[in-house]
Amino acid sequence: MSSQTVTAPIPKTPLQEFWHYFSTNKGAVAGLSFIVLICFMAIFADFVAPHSPSQQYRDALLLPPAWLQGGNWSFVLGTDDVGRDILSRLIHGSRLSISVGIVAVTASLIMGILLGLIAGYFKGMIDTMIMRIVDIMLAMPSLLLAIAIVAILGPSIVNAALAISIVSLPHYVRLTRAATMAEMSKDYVTSSRVIGAGPLRLMFICILPNCLAPLIVQATLGFSTAILDMAALGFLGLGAQPPTPEWGSMLSDALQFVQRAWWVVTFPGLMILITVLAFNLMGDGLRDALDPKLKQ
Amino acid sequence: MFQFIFRRLSLVVPTFIGITLLTFTLIRLIPGDPIEVMAGERGVSAERHAELSAQLGFDQPLYVQYFRYVGGVLQGDLGNSLITKEPVMKEFLTLFPATIELAFCAAVFAILVGLPAGIFAAVKRGTVLDHSVMTFSLTGYSMPIFWWALLLMLVFSVTLGWTPVSGRIDVVYWIDDVTGFMLIDALLSDEVGAFRSAVAHLILPSIVLGTIPMAVIARMTRSSMLEVLSEDYIRTARAKGIAPWRVIIIHALRNALIPVITVIGLQVGILLSGAILTETVFAWPGIGKWLIESIGRRDYPVVQGGILIVACIIITVNLLVDIAYGIVNPRIRHSK
Repeated sequence: MSSQTVTAPIPKTPLQEFWHYFSTNKGAVAGLSFIVLICFMAIFADFVAPHSPSQQYRDALLLPPAWLQGGNWSFVLGTDDVGRDILSRLIHGSRLSISVGIVAVTASLIMGILLGLIAGYFKGMIDTMIMRIVDIMLAMPSLLLAIAIVAILGPSIVNAALAISIVSLPHYVRLTRAATMAEMSKDYVTSSRVIGAGPLRLMFICILPNCLAPLIVQATLGFSTAILDMAALGFLGLGAQPPTPEWGSMLSDALQFVQRAWWVVTFPGLMILITVLAFNLMGDGLRDALDPKLKQ
Repeated sequence: MFQFIFRRLSLVVPTFIGITLLTFTLIRLIPGDPIEVMAGERGVSAERHAELSAQLGFDQPLYVQYFRYVGGVLQGDLGNSLITKEPVMKEFLTLFPATIELAFCAAVFAILVGLPAGIFAAVKRGTVLDHSVMTFSLTGYSMPIFWWALLLMLVFSVTLGWTPVSGRIDVVYWIDDVTGFMLIDALLSDEVGAFRSAVAHLILPSIVLGTIPMAVIARMTRSSMLEVLSEDYIRTARAKGIAPWRVIIIHALRNALIPVITVIGLQVGILLSGAILTETVFAWPGIGKWLIESIGRRDYPVVQGGILIVACIIITVNLLVDIAYGIVNPRIRHSK
């Protein structure tokens, strides 16, 4: 008689389960890979970049990319009008874009979660007030509001990041509030309250962890908005000031050479597009993987 | 119905108050004394300072200043430009048609391309066509439009020479300003080829400005169509032997369009803020370029007034979209 041992399938941990759904989405994985690559470039920019972003090679002005006639393999993507290596400036620019994204998303996430939890938990008058302010902010196009804020505070990277985090605040407030209100009516919140949990414990330890899924998705998409808005502000001369290597301001600096040297505008823009696309792809993938309704 | 419209209208009042508060505070947050900012580098004497201060009402308490400001706004008085000395409202009205014309053409482009693309993607779900439409729309959605504008300009204007680089019409034409809309004015004028020139100038800016709305509309149309196509009544219609295109266009599309129309209405904000970037690149003389130039010149009344008007336009359009949505969808109308 043969003995057959039957082992129960090992249940997946939530993380494994998440990765199972996330990895079926090829676009999301591609987005994630690119984001990892760009973060690596941002962190190790000093070692990865072939040249200093501000070093001006006077004998190599407006050099075309290496594979074109007249190109030089020491400047793979060519040089700009004062002889700076475009590839090195792009690599150093990723540092700026990623850190602005992190600062802007973290700041608006923290503020948004706080306001949203307060509005959703206490309801009533305070909720109405917060939501009215959110509605006003939503009535303004985000770029216009950001431009207005930077116009007052003065153009700089810090002010641009501040403006971007203010304009993306409403989405986080709305999401947190809606999720909080949905969780508030559940039994586990009621039982915690019966045991004697205070408002702070209920808000941050009971409710917040259960509201995180939509917030993670929104934060990922928030990165793409932050990078795009930062580049737009830089392009309009309201963000990073020269000679800082920032993708948007690299574009506007090169405007007058568009006709003579296509590469000075093509590569920074392509970089913005691919980075934003990567975050959007990953956001879509996260949404599908974290949404239990779509898993079935 | 009227109760619903009234309820939506009453929500606009606090939003309007909030926006006027915002633009009112805006100008007071600027570092430095507003009168010295106005006077510029030359500076003003103490007497002149007091005189201007009284004239502009800066010696009054803040709440009085605010009510004066709102009173002026309600009568269409947004102050005068510091540079041209013209009323802000007047400048706005002369430039606004150019922006409307551009935004309208961009919206037409977005709908004409986005809607069919979304329908095809939904009908051919899972095919190469579907995947490419979705890839294109996600790319369009991620597009830095100022770069897209430069790229198209580089290819079609500089290299191929098919379209003009910037402006609304060729300088050889002198078009009388009748309506402010170049397309209409060019048609009304006797100049031969003026209309053609105006259209040629509109093509690239409209494509650039319409790219993001197009992507949003295509995505929304696809998901809305997919939802409707799985409904029982569609299966019934197919089972009855109705032609497939008729099921898609007449039966499915009509219901799928409701959320799409809402999304189209909500694109007005994207179009107006996108106009800032598009107009800057194409030297299009509209309100976007006007606002950016005013920020550069520190012409604060223009910035303040311009932002206020744009915000009011968006609130109004959003309100109309909401009401239209309530008219076509009774569930929204009767919910509290």
